[in-house]
Amino acid sequence: MIFKLFNSIRNRLLFTKLLIKVGVVTLGVVLLFDMFRQLINGELTVALIAGYLWKGLIYGLVIGIGGVGLSLTYKLLDFANFAHGDYITLSAFVGWGVAYLIAGFGQFKTGSLLFLGVGGTVYPRDVGINIANAPVAILFGLVIAALFGALLAVALDSGVYSSMRGADNVTLLITSVGVAFILRYVAVYLFTQQTFGLTAETWSYELGLPGGTVTITSASLLLIFVSLLLMIGVHLLLTRTKLGKSMRAMAANKQLARVTGIPSEKIIKRTWLLGGALAGVAGFMIALLQGTINYQIGWTLLLLVFAGVIMGGIGSVYGAIIGGILVGLITRLSLIWIPASFMEATGFIVMILILLTRPAGIFGGDVA
Amino acid sequence: MSVQEGPVTSRLPDSLTSYWKNDLVKIGATLAVVYLLYLITGLLLGYGLTGQLNSLRRLTFLIVLYSIGALVVNLHWGYSGLFNIGVVGFMAVGVYVTTILTRPVVGQNPTGTLPGLGLPLPIAIVGGVLAAAIVGYVAALPSLRLRDDYFAIVTLAFAEIIRITAKASELQKFTVFGMTIGTGGGRGIRTYPNPINQFFDGIGAPIVNAVSGTIDPRIVTGWTFILALAIILICILWIMNRLVKSPFGRVLKGIRDDEEATSALAKNTGSFKIHSFMIGCGLLGFLGIIWQGSQGYISPSLFVPQLTFFIWIPVIIGGAGSNNGSIIGSIIFVGTIYLGPGYLRRLIEKFVSHSGRATNFPDALGALAGGDISGILLYTLNQTSALRIILTGVLLIWLLKRRPNGLFGNRREMASSIDVESRVRDRQATDARTGGEE
Repeated sequence: MIFKLFNSIRNRLLFTKLLIKVGVVTLGVVLLFDMFRQLINGELTVALIAGYLWKGLIYGLVIGIGGVGLSLTYKLLDFANFAHGDYITLSAFVGWGVAYLIAGFGQFKTGSLLFLGVGGTVYPRDVGINIANAPVAILFGLVIAALFGALLAVALDSGVYSSMRGADNVTLLITSVGVAFILRYVAVYLFTQQTFGLTAETWSYELGLPGGTVTITSASLLLIFVSLLLMIGVHLLLTRTKLGKSMRAMAANKQLARVTGIPSEKIIKRTWLLGGALAGVAGFMIALLQGTINYQIGWTLLLLVFAGVIMGGIGSVYGAIIGGILVGLITRLSLIWIPASFMEATGFIVMILILLTRPAGIFGGDVA
Repeated sequence: MSVQEGPVTSRLPDSLTSYWKNDLVKIGATLAVVYLLYLITGLLLGYGLTGQLNSLRRLTFLIVLYSIGALVVNLHWGYSGLFNIGVVGFMAVGVYVTTILTRPVVGQNPTGTLPGLGLPLPIAIVGGVLAAAIVGYVAALPSLRLRDDYFAIVTLAFAEIIRITAKASELQKFTVFGMTIGTGGGRGIRTYPNPINQFFDGIGAPIVNAVSGTIDPRIVTGWTFILALAIILICILWIMNRLVKSPFGRVLKGIRDDEEATSALAKNTGSFKIHSFMIGCGLLGFLGIIWQGSQGYISPSLFVPQLTFFIWIPVIIGGAGSNNGSIIGSIIFVGTIYLGPGYLRRLIEKFVSHSGRATNFPDALGALAGGDISGILLYTLNQTSALRIILTGVLLIWLLKRRPNGLFGNRREMASSIDVESRVRDRQATDARTGGEE
């Protein structure tokens, strides 16, 4: 009987998709009006909104950079790589280990530095690393994180995924969960479940706005600089080089690309390299922004990265970055209306809504 | 169900192969082997009767609960083709709703604990199961048309949203329609008393007193609870086996194998999928109630996605599309990977003398460089919980590469009631005999 009731509800929801779209648009308009109302009433200040926008942009950039690799491999190999978050985690640990080693070389034991002083052998305030006093260590760590991420991604592809090309997407998805388990708990084995504080006090700038200030930290400025460089680099790679053009061709139509003589295995390997390197950068940067690192840093980011990738359209590099920024902005701006506990949930809800209404992403599945 | 030649069949003597083809014998044999292993381990560790019973109790408890979870995953994935990786979310809904319904109302509760609606447990359980099924309906209704992997991401996101909601400090305690209730937020909430413990505290007290000379009373209550859980498992297994052989189940298998063909046969595939998903989610709610709920205390950290994948592993071991395989998978998973590393560690600690000490990896590595391997060994032994999950990952990858259909999987089980392929096989066999000449 209860099933009959549900059936009748379902039949009346034939226009679910349309309903969701209308609902989302209405909600958006209402929220926008409400924001202005709150602004006029004085419940909300310009500074507060600017602060949300700034933070959202920063976190969105990290999500976007981390998502490029996920988006490309999702399209090229047709599976959702659930281990991508743990590429982020492990490369962040390795990058920061190297940064610590450089900053504290000679003062502390090499092993303790490389393992971020696990077990309380070295404390972050002793190493006192930050962008102002140890720029070389930070930049070197960033490069190492990118290199490690790239190598890890290629190694795992050769070791695990390459022999499974052509398996159905569910088999590959579950395999990637296995890979994720191994990577995450290798990090636990090496670094325990401890949360490490990383940086000492950093320089920051207070930008005065009506109703308060927005704090701009040196970490976020570095992030903006690095992501601009990366975006220009990736853009040039995709449009000017043979490799980039082949990648785009493969993402657009794999069969056609193969017919025209593009060496698909080679391109897939290079794609893993690129995606892994960007995941490494994202990992290093998110740890720098938060000032802490633990074994779950990438996994907690993963669903938001998925949200960004799906929003931007799977297989699209620009879409992944824009989608990531949108996810960052949406989750932070939602704080105007909902409590902070639910911040991540908004990102997930938006992702579900996109999947339901426009699975090709908001940019309609344009490639590259 | 036709059983293909498996790795075990080829190694057994001919007189036993016919028994091995019976699934119940397989389950019994696997269980017996695992029990025997644990009894021997217990003997080696010097456990007394109480110790042995306790170790087997924990083993059985986990096997039964993982089996129930695996049966549901198998109903969803193995029979209906619904890739649900939000299992913990539905478990959380079941147990949280039941808990909130049973907590005593304001004023009657002991100070410092959260109030609820004060309903009796049986009604609350029904409420929890229904709530989980309804949440399953809400999750599945719009997502049915999605590809497998998108459906998976939606269910995972749903489960995370449920966990975030349970964790939110705003809902820790709130008042709605004049009733004060709460989820306990990140601090968690005390659940309902276990009726079996209550029975032995009240009417059943003489039974416990009678045996208290020989056995610890907690073992009596513990094993009674296990017995109740085992009966529940057998009921669910029976229902599942009936369900998949019923017309409803045949349509599900049809959808799994070819949804378009099934809908061309005038079956409303969406409605079948929703029903299957809701039944499964209701059962998952029930699983949460008898699993985490029976432990006296729940918190959002119990419902992390990792548990979902743990519940999936028995299905992958046993092979999607086989109920009995899921049970065998649970026995193997709990018996080896889940509990094995802990016992192995205790065995090594007992029988291998060790002197060195290593509290962190760089120290252990340093000791290793100096030629002392006991440091790294000890460190590794202390990391059993991490090793367990690394092993799980390795097993997952190995299974999917080498045996994607599971050890006992039989995904080619027929959806039709007569074997339409038998003629093809007969003909191929004849061809092979006659060399293909007619």
